[in-house]
Amino acid sequence: MNMKNEAGSKDVPAAVREDSELVQILDAEGNVLPQASVPDISDRQLLELYETIKLARHFDQRAISFQRQGRLATYAPMTGQEGSQVATSLALAEQDWLFPTYREHAAKYAHGMDLVSLFEPLRGYRDGYAIPDDVNVMPEYIPIATQVPQAMGMAWGHKLQGKTDTAVLCHLGDGATSEGDFHEGLNFAGVFDVPAVFVCNNNQWAISVPRERQTASETIAEKAQAYGIDGVRVDGLDPLAVYKVASEALAKARNPGPGERRPTLIESVQYRFGAHTTADDPSVYRDESEEEAWRDRDPVDRIETYLYNEGILDSALESEIQDSIEQEVSEAIETAEQTEASPDNIVEHVYEDVPARLEEQRDELNRLREKYDEGAFSEVLE
Amino acid sequence: MSSTASTQTQQNAQSLTLVEAIQDGLYTEMAQDDSVVVLGEDVGKNGGVFRATDQLYEEFGEDRVIDTPLAEAGIIGASIGLAQTGMKPVPEMQFMGFMYPAFDQIVSHAARLRSRSQGQYSVPMVIRAPYGGGIRAPEHHSESKEAFFVHEPGLKVVSPSTPYDAKGLLAASIHDPDPVIFLEPKLIYRAFREDVPTKPYEVSLNEAAIRREGSDISVYTWGAMTRPALIAAENLHQSHDIDVEVIDLRTLSPLDIETITESFKKTGRAAIVHEAPKTGGLGAEIATTIQEEALVHQEAPIKRIAGFDAPMPLHSLEDYYLPQAVRIQDGIRETVDF
Repeated sequence: MNMKNEAGSKDVPAAVREDSELVQILDAEGNVLPQASVPDISDRQLLELYETIKLARHFDQRAISFQRQGRLATYAPMTGQEGSQVATSLALAEQDWLFPTYREHAAKYAHGMDLVSLFEPLRGYRDGYAIPDDVNVMPEYIPIATQVPQAMGMAWGHKLQGKTDTAVLCHLGDGATSEGDFHEGLNFAGVFDVPAVFVCNNNQWAISVPRERQTASETIAEKAQAYGIDGVRVDGLDPLAVYKVASEALAKARNPGPGERRPTLIESVQYRFGAHTTADDPSVYRDESEEEAWRDRDPVDRIETYLYNEGILDSALESEIQDSIEQEVSEAIETAEQTEASPDNIVEHVYEDVPARLEEQRDELNRLREKYDEGAFSEVLE
Repeated sequence: MSSTASTQTQQNAQSLTLVEAIQDGLYTEMAQDDSVVVLGEDVGKNGGVFRATDQLYEEFGEDRVIDTPLAEAGIIGASIGLAQTGMKPVPEMQFMGFMYPAFDQIVSHAARLRSRSQGQYSVPMVIRAPYGGGIRAPEHHSESKEAFFVHEPGLKVVSPSTPYDAKGLLAASIHDPDPVIFLEPKLIYRAFREDVPTKPYEVSLNEAAIRREGSDISVYTWGAMTRPALIAAENLHQSHDIDVEVIDLRTLSPLDIETITESFKKTGRAAIVHEAPKTGGLGAEIATTIQEEALVHQEAPIKRIAGFDAPMPLHSLEDYYLPQAVRIQDGIRETVDF
């Protein structure tokens, strides 16, 4: 079926369209599709996948609520995208690197960042940007697509040093595919054949501009062809399918078969159920019916149904998991709220050593802090 | 690099042009440290359009002297990633006028990754770019926009004016833990020769050089403008007995405020010479710094002798645009005679 014809039909989600190339394992309800092959994954890993997706959904709801209460600054919600975020991160090996955007809260958590560090920047403290030594996550990227050539460069560096057991997974959005950095990064990736996997989280909207306004190509995955690398389309609301596709791409990045190229562009077809950020109102630019159609394929419900069907989950375990998640998230926000920052942090980590002039600027501020009380510094702004 | 290698065993210094000193500096650093890699457009087999990477490809191979696709953002973005794996990339931007596509990668990422990760990650890399006018180049090939990078916290900005400094500053830049924008004044790439030690050495990134001592006025400059400033100083000494001190800043960020200020306290007068457009240029920063630090020593208004607030003209007019010795002399006399 021609996707371009379908694009005009707002009430039919792209993931539901007849599309022989879209990788799916679960149907809309969470039942395994006929002929689908479920990835080789243990019950323990399946539960981890489920728990992390559930935690991400709860984190998102709480973060939006905390923002409304004035306890957090602008936040980029991820509801609808948690399944893909968590599944891609769980497909990573510990030594692999993750390049997240500002929306990959769950992807970061699933690759080792703690929840407190996710809340801290939203509270205005850079402490949360401090990444532990044993966690291979880059700071979240806010300018669009800029991470693509950087992720490529890291994968290239590993390859040049013979470390092809380490792969790099780089997230981007559908809007990012319009940027020059997307082209430059994927072009380099193809030319230098680097162990990198680029995951385009096609959530259909770049703030208010639809996917159809980002590109006239039928799919985003097909762009890979122009770079001489593989492109794969996957149902991004189907965590099992995303896990399978990401695992296979990462395995190929590390150890390509004869004639295979290391890099892959995965188009994870999904939907942003909520606003772009808490400062955005999607009702201005899209119909509620569109969102409802995608809601029928909610990744949380689907993985839950699958686990019930498999006998891995029951209602007692489900509520136990839910209780533990709620406790973890509320403890994290409470800890983040106790963070305090010294104005000295303004001058730290700009260079390895603080330059003399910057030291003078800090000393001047500290002299004023001694002279006036702390409240004086916010008087004009409030 | 066999010819240079054999020369190195025979003597302790060789007479090099500025671009040869840069090539020698790259060779020296790459030979000492396997993690140093050069990448960019035409840097490999071709040896760079100005020959700055001549023979490096033959010496170190295609995995360390890498011809990339033609893509400035890609080159800098990839270099940021390479630096995360323990490599020390030295990307070349073929001309400063073609650096703008990479501007976002430089200012939003290379400059900020250390602070964005609270010190966990850094970007030790040296971005080399030939800059400035005077070589009869086409449009977009003569830019001098060092102020863009000086304005960005997290970057260091360096511009040598002699072959000796070029090699020593390049070494210090490569050893520096922070990203350095290394601006090469292409007007003087081959203008003169100087003895350059064959052994490795550094020129510190936080010291300006006093190129000529004087007591009547301090002239602050860098890069290709150091030469006409010195010529102007000599001319004025002979024709009008004006004793000009010439300070070559060498590192534009962070500035050596102490040397700048001490010289002004001695002379009480200042002229700043740069080929970049006057408005918002580094001259404004130096003038204000002097006012903040040493106003009571001031004997005359501070003079800026700079490029025009206009795009660099094509070559039929570039001699009028660039501060030549005659303009510098005139500006110095106006200040001294105030």
